[in-house]
Amino acid sequence: MATAAPLTSALLACRALDVRYGDRWLVRSLHMRITAGERWALVGPNGAGKTSLLQVLAGVRPPDGGTIELSGQPLQHWSVEQLAELRAFVTDRWFDPFGVRALDTVMAARYRMRGAASGAGRHDSQCERLARQCLAAMDCEALAQRDVRQLSRGERQRVALAAGLAQETPLLLLDEPIAHQDPRHQVQVLQQLGARTACTYVGALHDINAAARFATHALLLTGDGSWQTGPSVSVLTQQRLSPLFGTEIVQIEVDSHRVFVSTGGVPS
Amino acid sequence: MTLDALLRFRELRAAAVLPALAVAALLCLLAALRFGSVEVGTLDLARALLQRLLGHNEPSLASTVLALRLSRALSGMAVGGLLAFSGALLQALLRNPLADPYVLGVSGGASCAAVAAIALGAGAVAIALFAAGGALAAMLLLFLLAHRALFARDAPLDQGRDSAILLTGVMIASLCAAALSLVLSLAPDGRLRTMVFWLLGDLGGAVSLPVAALALLAWALLLALGLRDAGALNLMLGGELQAYTQGVAIVPVRRRLIALTAVATGMAVALAGAVGFVGFVAPHLVRYFVGADQRVVLPAASLTGAILVLFADTIGRSVAAPLQLPVGALTALIGVPVFLWQLQRP
Repeated sequence: MATAAPLTSALLACRALDVRYGDRWLVRSLHMRITAGERWALVGPNGAGKTSLLQVLAGVRPPDGGTIELSGQPLQHWSVEQLAELRAFVTDRWFDPFGVRALDTVMAARYRMRGAASGAGRHDSQCERLARQCLAAMDCEALAQRDVRQLSRGERQRVALAAGLAQETPLLLLDEPIAHQDPRHQVQVLQQLGARTACTYVGALHDINAAARFATHALLLTGDGSWQTGPSVSVLTQQRLSPLFGTEIVQIEVDSHRVFVSTGGVPS
Repeated sequence: MTLDALLRFRELRAAAVLPALAVAALLCLLAALRFGSVEVGTLDLARALLQRLLGHNEPSLASTVLALRLSRALSGMAVGGLLAFSGALLQALLRNPLADPYVLGVSGGASCAAVAAIALGAGAVAIALFAAGGALAAMLLLFLLAHRALFARDAPLDQGRDSAILLTGVMIASLCAAALSLVLSLAPDGRLRTMVFWLLGDLGGAVSLPVAALALLAWALLLALGLRDAGALNLMLGGELQAYTQGVAIVPVRRRLIALTAVATGMAVALAGAVGFVGFVAPHLVRYFVGADQRVVLPAASLTGAILVLFADTIGRSVAAPLQLPVGALTALIGVPVFLWQLQRP
């Protein structure tokens, strides 16, 4: 069972965390505390280390230094099985070598809860109901019976997100969750995720506007090891984003929402 | 039929497929006992079988034929089952529809050793033991050479583990093929025929009934062990990284399953030589009909393999009787058209 951390303590905390790729520093001495219910956006240029950092936070890849605590325990103290109940990780790479129904891939996410050898899983109606709810939340209920190989990338991504939700973990790590979504689904997916207030999210987002709407906090990664964290209102600003991406980004107000526009100019 | 309807139909078939295949396997077993150079009636067979079980052996045509054909049929089933099980596991594990039990070089090692044993003039039992030893040696070589991909805990997931294992296996197979051609070119003419029959796959070698029964038992055991990881395998099909975050300890599962395929292949090759094609085609046929759920695919492919080998061997003993055609040639002769037919369908 997932032990709910007390509200005051962090769900996920990094202390002096180092992440390298080859001999390149991606993140150097990162300190970060993520409290339950927060939604964090990882923002940075291509190759800045967003995916690598997510993999380290997920426990898929060992850090190159420092410690990570998840639910009050060092990450490496949790077993693979326990981790599956504490965090879900939705990647943006899928492998579909053989034909499988979308519904089955979502139900498979509950592998831990159904028991490894359970053959009855296929007819487990409670599991199926949950899987269908998660598919519906990601607006792909109608795809349940479809072969995953025949879905568009956007549809396949929403099915993968539904599988992440079906794992019912307090923490969700998302790698580019809306990269393949059309404008309507971008909004819909983030709204549905945000509506689950008990969930804590850490997501790599390329779309600054989506990040500004969705995230309560942001972590900016520059790609040379340096970083900035803070509430998204104070971190996602044109003064910080323009040098981060190396192109001029201007902040405007539309209906009292902040909107960022890339002008194509060179930052001063 | 719409795609949705087809997929729903699949679900129904998945539930019905195992009992149906079991019945088909029993019918094939009956046919294998009845037909051959001499045809025996079902009732005569049943009577002979009953007498055998009760322990008093009256000499009759049926009891003689039963004694000859039963061990051959049972070992044929075990060979087909083991190869198809191994093929299904490897296709899923390596996420490669081209994989078959021979792709990792285990059968290459077995063939080399067996043919070397034949060249030295060894008897049937020694040849089988050599084959098993060769298979084991090839498996150990694979574990040694693909050490990082199979054992390293910190190796990144989804980044070429599959292809590292696959390529190492292909290299071992190529090495064995080279050594094999060397042995064949140096072998005395008189023994070449035995070697070729062995390489084609042949159930004619004298396998005693206890050995055949043991092989069937081993098949059941390996299948049961494989099924324990079938749920994990289902997740691993969708990517190792994803499966790991969903609670599958990738490295031990992969190691266990590779060892299972090696043992299964080694046993099959030791029993009947390098019977081709079954291990490749059976999982494909099964997936086409029931989908990719490994909890169904593993046992169903096993049964399909058993049926295919039994059927092919019965044909091989009957069509040109008293000549016996090697089962390895017939599995492909029957399997290729079936596979191509399946490939043409939507």
